[in-house]
Amino acid sequence: MLPKQEVVAMLLAGGQGSRLGVLTKNLAKPAVPYGGKYRIIDFPLSNCVNSGIETVGVLTQYQPLVLNEYIGSGQPWDLDSMNAGVRVLPPYQRNRKSDWYKGTANAIYQNIEYIDRYNPEYVVVLSGDHIYKMDYSKMIAFHKEKEADCTIAVIEVPLEEASRFGILNTKEDGSIYQFDEKPKVPKSNQASMGIYVFNWNKLRKYLESDEANPKSSNDFGKDVLPTMLNSGERMMAYRFEGYWKDVGTIDSLWESNMDLLNPNIELDLSEESWKIYSRNPVMPPHYIAKGAKVQNSLVAEGCNVYGEIDFAVLFAGVYIAPGAVVKDSIIMPGSRIEENAIVQYAIVSENAVIGKGAVVGARPEDIENKDEWGVAVVGDGCVIAPGTTVLPKAMIDAETLAEEATK
Amino acid sequence: MRGNNVMGLIFSNVHDEKIRELTEKRTMGSVPFGGRYRMIDFPLSNMVNSGINKVGVLTKSNYQSLMDHLGSGKAWDLSRKREGLFMLPPFGSLSSVSNSRIESLASITAFLTNSREEFVLLSDSDTVCNIDYMDVVLNHVKHGADITIIYRFGKIPEKFCNPTVYNIDPDGRVRDLLVNPKTDGECNFGMGMLLIKRELLIKMVTDCVSRNLYNFKRDFLQRNISNYSVYAYEFKGYAQTICSMNSYFDANMSLMLPTVRAQLFNKDRPVYTKVRDDMPARYGLGSVVTNSLVADGCVIEGTVENSVLFRGVHVGKGSKIENCVIMQDSTIGPNCKLNYVVMDKDVAIRNDRSLLGFQSYPVFISKGSIV
Repeated sequence: MLPKQEVVAMLLAGGQGSRLGVLTKNLAKPAVPYGGKYRIIDFPLSNCVNSGIETVGVLTQYQPLVLNEYIGSGQPWDLDSMNAGVRVLPPYQRNRKSDWYKGTANAIYQNIEYIDRYNPEYVVVLSGDHIYKMDYSKMIAFHKEKEADCTIAVIEVPLEEASRFGILNTKEDGSIYQFDEKPKVPKSNQASMGIYVFNWNKLRKYLESDEANPKSSNDFGKDVLPTMLNSGERMMAYRFEGYWKDVGTIDSLWESNMDLLNPNIELDLSEESWKIYSRNPVMPPHYIAKGAKVQNSLVAEGCNVYGEIDFAVLFAGVYIAPGAVVKDSIIMPGSRIEENAIVQYAIVSENAVIGKGAVVGARPEDIENKDEWGVAVVGDGCVIAPGTTVLPKAMIDAETLAEEATK
Repeated sequence: MRGNNVMGLIFSNVHDEKIRELTEKRTMGSVPFGGRYRMIDFPLSNMVNSGINKVGVLTKSNYQSLMDHLGSGKAWDLSRKREGLFMLPPFGSLSSVSNSRIESLASITAFLTNSREEFVLLSDSDTVCNIDYMDVVLNHVKHGADITIIYRFGKIPEKFCNPTVYNIDPDGRVRDLLVNPKTDGECNFGMGMLLIKRELLIKMVTDCVSRNLYNFKRDFLQRNISNYSVYAYEFKGYAQTICSMNSYFDANMSLMLPTVRAQLFNKDRPVYTKVRDDMPARYGLGSVVTNSLVADGCVIEGTVENSVLFRGVHVGKGSKIENCVIMQDSTIGPNCKLNYVVMDKDVAIRNDRSLLGFQSYPVFISKGSIV
C-alpha cells in the first residue's frame, strides 16, 4: 500500500484532436507545441504541481509515443517524487474483458485500481486541451467548504457565444440545478471548463453503475454528471476568473499563441510563483543578426533570425533567412524559412522548410471573399518548394506533398 | 554508448585573481558566460559528451554559487547511480600548507584510489571550447603515453596568465616545457587540460608532497618531463581562455560570429546548463535588435546592438544598449544609454541613466547594484 494522498489528479490526454488536422497527425492533442517552448499538457501538469497535487495519472490512447516520451519520469515538472508523481496510463489487456477507453468516464473507470492505491479523499479530473493558469487547491478548498460531492469549474463567457459551450445553470448559492449542453437559448453564461473535483467514494460508485448501464456512452458530461445531479448529489459550480482558452481548433490555437503577444491579455508565463514547466531544449541563446527586424514576438532558444518578424512565435531552433518575412504566425521547433519567403497568418509545424520566395498564407485584408480566408497550416516535416504558394486556410501534409511530387 | 575508462577532474578555482570583479563572490567555474552558461558548463559538457560519466569538481573557496549551479548534476546527466558528479571541497589539514593544486589533489587521494577508471582527465574551468576528449584518449593510447597535454598552436593572446609553452617533437612527444616565457611569435601553448593514468597521478602527487614540492606546473610537470613519456595533442577548434576583463568581454562578443557558434554549440555535442524554466524572450512594440545574443526570459522594449543578454534581462522603452554583456535578471529602466558595460547579475539601472565604457575598458557593475 502506498502512502495515502489526499488528492489524485486524472488528466484526460487520449483525445485525437481531429480538428487540429495535420498538427495532430502523429501526436495526441496535449502534446501539440504552444507558446514558443511548451506543449499544451505543460499547463495542467504545472498547475497540478503549483497547486500542491503530487499524484497525476495521464490517460493516453491516441498516438501516445511523443506524449510518453515527453512526460518521461515527470522530472521537468517535479513529478518524479518517491511515492507519488506522474504515471502514464494507457488502456490495457485484462484477465477477462479488455477495451479501449470508450469515453472519458470509462477511462477513469478502467483505472480505479490506480486511484485506489493512494486511497484519496478527492479526485480531480482535468483535460489536456486548455491553456490557463489555475490554483486547483483553491477549488478543492471551496469543494470542502461547500461540502459538495462534485464541484465543476466554470468561467463566464460572452452570452452570444454561450451556445458553443456546456452551460451550467446554478441557484444563488452556487449549487447546480441543470446542465445545458450547447443550448440554443442559454439561460446563463457560466461555461464548464472541463475541470471536476469529486469525492472519490461517490465518484467510484457512480463510475461502477455507469459502467453497468449498457445504454451509457460512458462520458462525464453526457452520462455521469447528469446521473449524479438526478440522484440528488450536491453539485457546485466554482467560478474561475482569468485567462482560459480551449485550443482545440486551428483558429483558437493560433489566437491563443497571439494572445501571448498582447500586453492587454492577462496570461503571464513569466510569473516566478506560478511557473509553467516544460522539457527544455539544450540550445544556446537565440541570435538576432544585423539587418533583422524583430518586434512584438516571442523567440525561443537556438533560433537564428536574419529576416523580419512581427507578431511571430518562434519555437526552439527556428531559422529565419535574410529577406524572409514572418508575420502573425507560429513557427514550431526546427523549421527553416528560407530567403525572401513570406509567411503570414500561418502555423508551420516542426522541422518544415519553406523554400526561397515561397508564400504561405495571406493577410485577411488582401482577400476579397472572406470565406476563403483562414490560417494556413504546414505539417510536420513538409518541404514547400521555392517560389510556390500555400493558400490561406490550406492544410499541407508531408505525405500528400511526397505523393504529388512522384506524379 | 556511455561510459569509458576515463574519469574527469575539474578545477573550479583558476586564475580567480585575474578577474577579481567577477570572482569576488564566486569561483571561475561559476562565472556566467554566453547568455545562459557558467564557465564550468563547457568542461563538464565536453566530458559528458565524450562518454565520461564520473566527474569530480575540486573547489577551494567561494563555491556556494557553484554548488547551487551544479546541484545533483542532473542537467549534465550526471545524477547517476553508477558514478556521476562528485563535489570535492577542501578536505582535512592537508590543504592548509600552501593552498596549491598539488595539495588539492593530495587531499582527494582516497577518491582517486577508490576509482576504477584507468585514466584521469584534468581540466581547468577558464577555457571555452567544444572538444572531443575521446580523440585525446585514442591519441594517448596510440603513443602509449604516460601523460598527454592538450595545447593550441598560435600567438598567445594578450594578458594570458602564466602560459605554458611546449617544445614538441614531430611525433608529438613533449621535449621541453617553459612556464611564462617571453615569446612574441607563434608557439604551442597549453589549454590547462591533461590526460594521465590514474595510478601515475596518485604516485606523482605523493612524490611531490613527500618532497615538499607544491607547484603543479614546475614541480609536477616540468621536473618530470624527461622521467615520463609526455605527449601532446593539438586542439584546432575555437577556444577562448578567460584571463582578464577584456578577454571575458571579447569571448562573449565572439559568439556573434556564426562560425564560432557553429563550433561551440555543436548539435551532436551540446553544452548543458542548469534549467531555469523561463518563458521565451519577448520583444515589444518598437524594439530594435541587431547582432545580439538573447536568452530565454528576456523582455526587450528598447534598442539592443552587439550585446549578450542573459536569462531574464529587461530592457525598458527608449533605452539603448550597445556592446554590453548583461547578466541574468538585471533590469534596465526606460531611456537609459549603455555602451561597453559588463553588468553582473541582479543589477537595477533606473530611468534615464547613462553609462559609457570603452572597448579597451568596459565599465563593470557589480552584482546586485542599483544605479
